[in-house]
Amino acid sequence: MIRKAWWKWVAFLLLFYTSIYGFIVKVPKLDDRLEHSIRNMFFHVPMWFAMMILLFVSVWYAAKYLRTTSPIDDFYSKAFAATGTLYGFLGLSTGAIWANYQWGSPWSGDPKQNGAAIAMLIYLAYFVLRGSMTDEDKRSRIASVYNIFAFFMLFPTLWILPRLTESLHPGGQGSEGNPGINGKDMDANMRSVFYPAVIGWTLLGVWVSTLKIRYELLKAK
Amino acid sequence: MKKYLKSFLLVLFALGYFVAAQAQDGAANANTDVMRSNGKIYVVMAVVVTIVTGLFLYVYSIDKKISKLENK
Repeated sequence: MIRKAWWKWVAFLLLFYTSIYGFIVKVPKLDDRLEHSIRNMFFHVPMWFAMMILLFVSVWYAAKYLRTTSPIDDFYSKAFAATGTLYGFLGLSTGAIWANYQWGSPWSGDPKQNGAAIAMLIYLAYFVLRGSMTDEDKRSRIASVYNIFAFFMLFPTLWILPRLTESLHPGGQGSEGNPGINGKDMDANMRSVFYPAVIGWTLLGVWVSTLKIRYELLKAK
Repeated sequence: MKKYLKSFLLVLFALGYFVAAQAQDGAANANTDVMRSNGKIYVVMAVVVTIVTGLFLYVYSIDKKISKLENK
């Protein structure tokens, strides 16, 4: 049997719920262009929420590695970084699909799009950096230090710079508050799908990461 | 052997569903059929549910394989 299964079931049930109720729930009609594509809130946005959480776990273990220098912490850090980056790319591509029908082109150089792309490139460099070193201790140490840099680069690229200029995304110049955390910006019905979706996708990411970690541990034996 | 059985059953199930849907084509009125109402949005829902379920089955099977290796 699989290990500690209850939260894996929670992940499945939440995403099952999301992918059914996400299509049925009544959404407010904001303008004639957005229409039902606002339901992408249940699929596109949770990618970024889950990515932030996974990458936070990654940097946590990177910092932990620097204190303990235990290779297990580095396995954790690497696996969560990989899953987080995957989610980031899924966020970019789902965003491009949505943007194509909402803003007229898949890539319009929106500050948030550019920032997200830069953030993803920074994380890709993390894997390039890892791959370029053969000495395991050195690799883990340098990768952990770089991971901390990469994580903190997420804040200017995703959270600060896109909000200082005009942006097609919510939260650009001229709007108030933080659209990511300000619950009032979202309809109550939509919130009842959105937050389960965030938790579900995050748990799935954790599950996939733990699989990678267990695989590495088996390999290291 | 078991895993082949599972995929076989899945394909069988999908085929059966497809055939049943085809058979309904003539009989069902386009307006009363759930799958064809609301701009066929429920077709998208079925696709998403299938992907999510398939994804979880896949992750589940990897988890089981790794657990087996760990217990060795």
